[in-house]
Amino acid sequence: MHVPDGFLDAPTSLATAAIAAAGVGLALRGARRELSDATAPLAGLVAVFVFATQMLNFPVGAGTSGHLLGGALAAVLVGPFTATLCLTVVLLIQGLAFADGGLTALGTNITLMGLVGVWVGYAVFRAARAVLPRRTSSVPLAAAIGAFVSVPAAALAFSVLFAIGGQAPIEFSTLAATMIGWHTLIGLGEATITFLAVASIAATRPDLVYGARDLVASTHDLEVRTGALA
Amino acid sequence: MTTTSRQRISTRTLVLVGLAVSLVLAGIISFYASGHPDGLEFVAHKLGFADSAGSHVSDGSPVAGYGVQGVHNARLSGGLAGVLGVVLVGAVMYALTRLLRRRSSH
Repeated sequence: MHVPDGFLDAPTSLATAAIAAAGVGLALRGARRELSDATAPLAGLVAVFVFATQMLNFPVGAGTSGHLLGGALAAVLVGPFTATLCLTVVLLIQGLAFADGGLTALGTNITLMGLVGVWVGYAVFRAARAVLPRRTSSVPLAAAIGAFVSVPAAALAFSVLFAIGGQAPIEFSTLAATMIGWHTLIGLGEATITFLAVASIAATRPDLVYGARDLVASTHDLEVRTGALA
Repeated sequence: MTTTSRQRISTRTLVLVGLAVSLVLAGIISFYASGHPDGLEFVAHKLGFADSAGSHVSDGSPVAGYGVQGVHNARLSGGLAGVLGVVLVGAVMYALTRLLRRRSSH
């Protein structure tokens, strides 16, 4: 999903850079509310895990592969604002050190994976949580559903950007259909990895899972709530 | 479902185990990752806009393309690059969260 330099024209790349800068700015403010002494180390771990897992391209048939985007996974574990920061750090290191994802396309990639991937994934997760039974075991399932939807959503967002500023005359409907088709398959891998990762942390430390906070009545939470009321 | 009564591992243990898993994934398992183009690259080739990709300004980076320049063993080169990436991402994210928490406490 990493967009290289040259796919999009300069005005579109500048526009996505502005969108990414605004989004990351908001995330820097929002993440302060999400991060606590207990959850901050998890944010570092999530960024590291997303980087490592993005190296693991899995085959999806016909000579194509896909890798985790990690937006929904990160949002469910550490909160959506912090997740945007995790993805931004991963994309920054990938672009600067590993030449993966263009530098003029950094704003585009942050927009696609750090904003669309994270926030669509998180919104679908919340919607799924609202429908599923209120118990901890629903959390990994809802996360997987959010992860599944987030990948074709990012693919659609790329297609829209390409229709606006793509450097080749490709029919929007053809591009969108092809992108969404392949990325729906990749979304199945995204859902599987997200389910396993969220399930393993929810099984050991559900109190650390941002998307399960309302289900865990730990003493720490009670203290925080009492403090908020006082 | 009570979670408070369950035997829990410490945050420290959880993070260390997660870090170890990430190092194994990036340092060892990544060698076995599919070498096929990813969804976007594949579609770009199929629809004929792959050529519009320019060369990368970071192509001269010693770890460009997830390999360490000068290390010829593919397994070692990719593995070292993966471990370096894990360390870099972890360090930057850790520094960022520390900064955000310090500012918010004032």
